[in-house]
Amino acid sequence: MSIKIGQKSYGDRIQDGLSNSFMRKAVSGAQGRFRSGRLKAAEELGDWEDWRTLGEEIRSHTMENLDYYLHQLSEQVENRGGTVFFAKTAEEANEYIQEIAKKKQAKKVVKSKSMVTEEIGLNKALEKSGCEVVESDLGEWILQLDEDPPSHIVTPALHKNKEQIRETFMKKKGYTGSDDPVELAAYAREQLRQDFLEADIGVTGCNFAVAESGAITLVTNEGNARMVTSLPDTQISVMGMERIVPTWEDLEVVVSLLTRAAVGQKLTSYITALTGTRLEDEVDGPEDFHLVIVDNGRSKILGTEFQSALHCIRCAACINACPVYRHVGGHSYGSIYPGPIGAVLTPLLDGYEDHKDLPYASTLCAACTEACPVKIPLHEHLIRHREIIVEREKMTTKAEKMMMMGFAKWASTPAAYKLSTKMARTTLKPWTKDEYIEKGPGPMKGWTEQRDFPAPSKERFRDWYRQREQRSDH
Amino acid sequence: MKVSLFITCLCDTFTPDVGKDTVELLERFGCEVDFPARQTCCGQPAYNSGYKSESIKGLKQMIKAFEQSEYVVGPSGSCVHMIKEYPKVLADEPEWAERARKLAGKTYELTQFIVEVLNVKDVGSTFTGTATYHPSCHMTRLLGVKDAPRILLENVEGLNLIDLPLKEDCCGFGGTFAVKNSLISGEMVQEKAEHIGETQADYLIGGDMGCLMNMGGRLRRNGQEVKFLHIAQVLNAQ
Repeated sequence: MSIKIGQKSYGDRIQDGLSNSFMRKAVSGAQGRFRSGRLKAAEELGDWEDWRTLGEEIRSHTMENLDYYLHQLSEQVENRGGTVFFAKTAEEANEYIQEIAKKKQAKKVVKSKSMVTEEIGLNKALEKSGCEVVESDLGEWILQLDEDPPSHIVTPALHKNKEQIRETFMKKKGYTGSDDPVELAAYAREQLRQDFLEADIGVTGCNFAVAESGAITLVTNEGNARMVTSLPDTQISVMGMERIVPTWEDLEVVVSLLTRAAVGQKLTSYITALTGTRLEDEVDGPEDFHLVIVDNGRSKILGTEFQSALHCIRCAACINACPVYRHVGGHSYGSIYPGPIGAVLTPLLDGYEDHKDLPYASTLCAACTEACPVKIPLHEHLIRHREIIVEREKMTTKAEKMMMMGFAKWASTPAAYKLSTKMARTTLKPWTKDEYIEKGPGPMKGWTEQRDFPAPSKERFRDWYRQREQRSDH
Repeated sequence: MKVSLFITCLCDTFTPDVGKDTVELLERFGCEVDFPARQTCCGQPAYNSGYKSESIKGLKQMIKAFEQSEYVVGPSGSCVHMIKEYPKVLADEPEWAERARKLAGKTYELTQFIVEVLNVKDVGSTFTGTATYHPSCHMTRLLGVKDAPRILLENVEGLNLIDLPLKEDCCGFGGTFAVKNSLISGEMVQEKAEHIGETQADYLIGGDMGCLMNMGGRLRRNGQEVKFLHIAQVLNAQ
């Protein structure tokens, strides 16, 4: 797996999403809960806008000094007995991790949820080198059993309900219980417990690395990260190079923002901090610790107008607020990063070729920008992507280009503008019935497939105004 | 006070009544109104579609059309917000950016102008009926005009205003999105139409013609008998 998921075209993916009424119900229900939770948590805090400003400041300060903090982080990790590897590409990261698995003669790897390992396709790489990989986050485990990609950043299996999950457990694991969520979760826990005990290597993601101490922190609600980071002797943490904060104080701010913005929690159940290898007098912790810092296209974004996209703390508030995501679901984006942040990030990391439709999958309503706890101007980034698609990549159709050139002429030439609005009613007359157009020609088709279009008025405002002026003159 | 009308291409062509009500409303509060006839479209369809250089041609025409105005007032949160974006769009041409800044500084959305500049909270209108109000995205989130329409509507005599469920959700218009992503847009406006139906209101009020045309067109397609009105029409009703 990589950033891109599946081979279907954007149009087909949208059709699939829209026709999946089951998923849509699950998604809109969850959105409702997440949104009201976020708003309530923000309200309780009282000064949400100040928190957002602080979050933005921390993130932009970190990005502007990323080289410094990455250097500090790697020194601190090494001081504490860990090994740091900077991977320029997904392949480099995978090869490094495969090499460790080979050295350790690892048979089983347990993982705690990590988007970046999805991004680089680590599971496949490890499986290729003969390791069994077990996702230990409940949602990820369900998806792994079902061979399905995630559809949400925080709740990856959002698109599935308990009946589907039961079926997956029955089919893949021989489960015989009910679809009661408590029973399903207990079953998963029981199954995973064995994997934790057997694993040779634990792989985690990294919510934020703390540069001043070299700690890798993980925010979870299931406690699975604690099992992954305390049972196997070899630990590998994989992080995107931007997932870093300078100090513990900064961590407190971003984690507070993260849990509140994600699902409306004041606190998360667990914050696990992993700092280096086990010392002689310590009872737990890994014997061997590796931190893999993944670039995979991120440094290309640094210093550009899209830099603030790297501020993302992966809370999914934009996804939960997005009315487009609400109807099409995560898989429609064709990327492991769905929703507004996905539409911004995916083309930056993986190019426009496969993702040129994503920046248009938004009405620019700015609900995402409003929801973002670190103030990423998501809708503005989407407009900028569209500009690049049009002007630099030249990926739009000739017909659209012609139409927009016509628009430019129309809007910049008052005489042409006036003439066309005067002619509009007559031009559309063949399609007009009872002052409405129900089946419009050419570019109007998309509109009238979904709704009626009003006929242009008999008298324009400007005609009325001119006559009014003339009347008052005499 | 001299006010130049920015009537927007949709109001000019499709709903001249909205323009007429805007004129009468402003005149009622002593504004001396004029209509610079060389105004065209705010350029948003091209700009938001990524055709920045194409949009700039129209932007410059709009700047020229309103250069002499003291205040510019338009009955659309979205189009007024586009004018506020002009300095950013024209950032590479400092001289034009400066002229754009001047225009942006004196441009207001209609209800914003009434409440903030004219300092009027009750326009003294009477409108008997049950209505629901859709706060359009660009008006509320981008232009930041959240309270003015609500304050003015609450003071309309006879108006029974019912809260629209999930009112902050986009109606699915989004300019060219309604055509380019017609299927998704259709689902979004359908959900909106269902919420409007739940209120059992007779009227749908909005401050942006684009959103109203989208929602109104879907209500008509669904056979829902809800009339849509621009806020200027309600505020000017007697």
